[in-house]
Amino acid sequence: MSAGPTPSQTVGPYLSIGLTWAEGPYVVAEDAPGAVWLHGRIRDGAGEPLPDALVETWQADPQGRFHTPGFRGFGRCGTDDDGRWAIRTVKPGPVEGQAPHLVVSVFARGLLHRVVTRLYFADEAEANGGDKVLATVPPERRHTLLAERDDEGYRFDIRLQGDDETVFFDL
Amino acid sequence: MTTSPHPPLLSPGYRSTVLRAPRQQPILLAPSLSELTGPVLGEGPVVAGDADLSVDGSGEAQGQRIVVHGQVRDAGGRPVADQLVEVWQANAAGRYLHKWDRHDAPLDPHFTGLGRTVTDGQGHYRFVTVKPGAYPWGNHPNAWRPAHIHFSLFGRAFTQRLVTQMYFPDDPLFAYDPIYNSVPEFARDRLVSQFDLSATVESWALGYRFDIVLSGNSATPMETS
Repeated sequence: MSAGPTPSQTVGPYLSIGLTWAEGPYVVAEDAPGAVWLHGRIRDGAGEPLPDALVETWQADPQGRFHTPGFRGFGRCGTDDDGRWAIRTVKPGPVEGQAPHLVVSVFARGLLHRVVTRLYFADEAEANGGDKVLATVPPERRHTLLAERDDEGYRFDIRLQGDDETVFFDL
Repeated sequence: MTTSPHPPLLSPGYRSTVLRAPRQQPILLAPSLSELTGPVLGEGPVVAGDADLSVDGSGEAQGQRIVVHGQVRDAGGRPVADQLVEVWQANAAGRYLHKWDRHDAPLDPHFTGLGRTVTDGQGHYRFVTVKPGAYPWGNHPNAWRPAHIHFSLFGRAFTQRLVTQMYFPDDPLFAYDPIYNSVPEFARDRLVSQFDLSATVESWALGYRFDIVLSGNSATPMETS
């Protein structure tokens, strides 16, 4: 067998068998101080919701630290039949001078490789204005990376393709 | 410049990519600490028995019993120790335990198709399962997926996250499968396990070896503290 990197393959339509955890959406407990739902829908290039996708998030704690004991930092939620996902967490602190953000992976049938994006918070306008990664994104597309405050927490819709296509990053 | 071993997101032979692959070029991101760290999941979601898919509490799954094992390494060749490995697969008849799988093949009351384990100190993992069957899908006329096991790996950093599929040697369906063939030709054999007599258990199970190499950099633990 070759020693080069192993290629990616799609999760396929039956990803929920292998990648569902009951506790996956709970980065923090439901009643943790400051807990919010980050939630949204995932749609394809025809505007149809994806019922067979998975969102994973990774983030710093509210002080901007990673691997704090007791803080998993990782969230995972499959989409429901309407393409909706939701993760219970707290807003992260700034990391290395960047605006508060989570890094996000999206997996789905039809995605041969995960796509990677970042979730920023629309109510952090000042910090967002100084963020070195957002600065690399064309201004007219930056709004696709901003989660908007709502009654449950923050809404972050993901559009894989088409008008208002979410900005994805190449690591 | 290295050539990516990963498939292009838009691979029209695999029809589902056409409306799901982003059309804009991704923006190059110099990884920060957010990307150079990652979850340390370890034993968390794993319960006893999760590495043996061939039995459940009340009986044995049908089919050819196999051992699947290998080593997980990073791009520098270092073993990826103590990290979660998740697998899922069809049963021996080629049927998934899923509400959307309507293939006219029997479900197996003793097979869920879900496995989890954690790599040891040298990055090794080992599952016992049954060989999955090939199954038909609707991508094109008379389309059949080659037998495969889905693998999910985290590595030590967000950059290293990988989901892939492991295939079996010499499958005649390779030539017709747009998912396998979405991978650049030079890297396709990296998805194919090898028959391994040393992992074969006499009078019990055939052995296959599937080593996995993760792309991407990670921070050292000291840099994250």
